[in-house]
Amino acid sequence: MLDIATFFPNGIGHYALGGLLIGLGATVIYLATGIIAGASTFLESTLSYVSKLPRFNQGKYLRSRDWRVVFTLGIVGGAAIYAFLFNGWFTTEVQWWRLLGGGFLVGVGTRLGKGCTSGHGVCGIGSASQTSIVNVVTFMAVAIGTAQLVQALGVSP
Amino acid sequence: MSTETTDERHPLFMPVILLGGLVFGFGLGLSQMAKPEVVLDFLQFDDLGLLFVMGGAAAVTAVTFAVATRLDRTAPLTGRAYTRRLKSMDRNVLVGGGIFGVGWGISGICPGAAYASVGIGNLPILWAIGGMFLGAYAQGYLRARVSGDSTSAVGAD
Repeated sequence: MLDIATFFPNGIGHYALGGLLIGLGATVIYLATGIIAGASTFLESTLSYVSKLPRFNQGKYLRSRDWRVVFTLGIVGGAAIYAFLFNGWFTTEVQWWRLLGGGFLVGVGTRLGKGCTSGHGVCGIGSASQTSIVNVVTFMAVAIGTAQLVQALGVSP
Repeated sequence: MSTETTDERHPLFMPVILLGGLVFGFGLGLSQMAKPEVVLDFLQFDDLGLLFVMGGAAAVTAVTFAVATRLDRTAPLTGRAYTRRLKSMDRNVLVGGGIFGVGWGISGICPGAAYASVGIGNLPILWAIGGMFLGAYAQGYLRARVSGDSTSAVGAD
């Protein structure tokens, strides 16, 4: 018999509670404003401050870029409050080239694929959007394969 | 139509965005998703707790969307209609999801979690955020070149 607990060595409490709060944060904004806030549009809308490229200067980015900065600063601040209250300060051991290279591909992929873990993964799945389900299944499967391949190649962390 | 131009915004618009961001970021901190190591543990099947993060968050937004879209009301601060997050399906959703997955699998970090990671004092994550901006810029630049730019010409970059 396979013990299910081996897959949850750290329990599920803080994971589930954290997830509920992520959903609650999106809910607060949605109920008050009707806006479905994803985290990755910030990348393109913020580029409009420094780039004249028409793609980043579409009306939808120009109209939303200021509140997207505020939303992102809120995310930074909320996590800082968590770290302060629960002594959750942390520095990653994952190597810089993995962060930079992986981050680059995340930046390309989220914008090409119309969303990320929050846009498709949380709000899109919450909307039962077929497009989002396809996107999430795709990135989940590819990410699992990639991470296991990187591990098998002996790169750690 | 909505009143979202900067000068006509409701005075509570930005405070609510900030509040939502704070809750969202606190949840990301508590959920441990702001740590690339925890995401990589999930993708390598060492700890599947992250299922409860995305599942918990999507469950909350699903209830929110289901209730709000039946209210026959508009959002109080903007006058926007309550809608679901439904994006059109095309090849880019698959290709983008795949590229996102490779990046997520290499780095263990996605956009929202990266901002939260700054909040918990994880400065090396700036490599990833820099990479995301570069990636978002690269896809915008290349797509403009490939398509001859379908959006209006604001000026060449």
